[in-house]
Amino acid sequence: MCALRVLLLTLAALATPWAAAQEARPRAADPALEAEVLRIAEDLRCLVCQNETIAASNADLAVDLRQQVREQLLAGRSEREILDYMVARYGDFVLYNPPVKPVTWLLWGGPFVLLVGMSAWLWRLLRRRRALADTTPLTDAERQRARELLGRETP
Amino acid sequence: MKRYLIPLAIFVVLAVFLGVGLQLDPRKVPSPLVDKPAPAFSLPLLTDPAVQMTAEQMKGRVWVLNVWASWCVPCLAEHPYVTQMARSTGVPVVGLNYKDKPEDATTWLARHGDPYTRIVADRDGRVGIDYGVYGVPETFVIDRAGVIRHKQIGPITPEALRDTLLPLLKQLNG
Repeated sequence: MCALRVLLLTLAALATPWAAAQEARPRAADPALEAEVLRIAEDLRCLVCQNETIAASNADLAVDLRQQVREQLLAGRSEREILDYMVARYGDFVLYNPPVKPVTWLLWGGPFVLLVGMSAWLWRLLRRRRALADTTPLTDAERQRARELLGRETP
Repeated sequence: MKRYLIPLAIFVVLAVFLGVGLQLDPRKVPSPLVDKPAPAFSLPLLTDPAVQMTAEQMKGRVWVLNVWASWCVPCLAEHPYVTQMARSTGVPVVGLNYKDKPEDATTWLARHGDPYTRIVADRDGRVGIDYGVYGVPETFVIDRAGVIRHKQIGPITPEALRDTLLPLLKQLNG
């Protein structure tokens, strides 16, 4: 549905550029309010076009939800209250920043656990490799042979 | 330890994770509304806009709220199963006509049949937002206390009807 919409919008934009320009115009007269609406909308996922925010999406639902954000801001609600309103209806999935709670510990902590784990593994590997390296000094015979191979005087 | 088994083990773990990931439907987002009271609404009837219907009026009965629209293609696909559910169980099925033109909705019903006990018109989609609707059709099963017991996202399939909806309605009415 989203792909189709994008296609139609692209065609519409190609045919009549002024029509597309009109659609992008902010609906509220107050630019400060509109900036605030978009800032909050950037944190909300559009559930119809799931990889877009409701700020970026032109899906009907995204337009409606932007309108909700706008009205609630006008009614004096805080950003926290608006986000809670969305979560109560659509779940944590609407948030682009998932909250830290037991089910998301792996999500938030996983990369760090992996980083620490792989660092420890790398450190062990390097240490083992150093232990393998022979540190006893060369004998005179070995030094002589090395000199011959290199074909020049060693310092 | 046989070191050459390590890449194989990593491959198997990855394959299992990706395999499970492929089976999941990203459109099925768990609703926070399940096991919560159904949001209140007061909406005009589709056929008689002067009359308002509220969720409160359904208290004390097990009922189904089916969100549909005449512009929604999968709604037509699930239509026979909505009809079957309404006929075979006798449970009232309330239609929430979502962001639709009344004339389109009535034409659609005249053509395909009307399985609904009542139909309310949510023209601007506000009640839809309260119910967390993001993809029509959606179906809610609401118990006698007015609590949402199940949400079906997307069209009702014969399997969903047989394995989930019918047993649940029977259990709630039992």
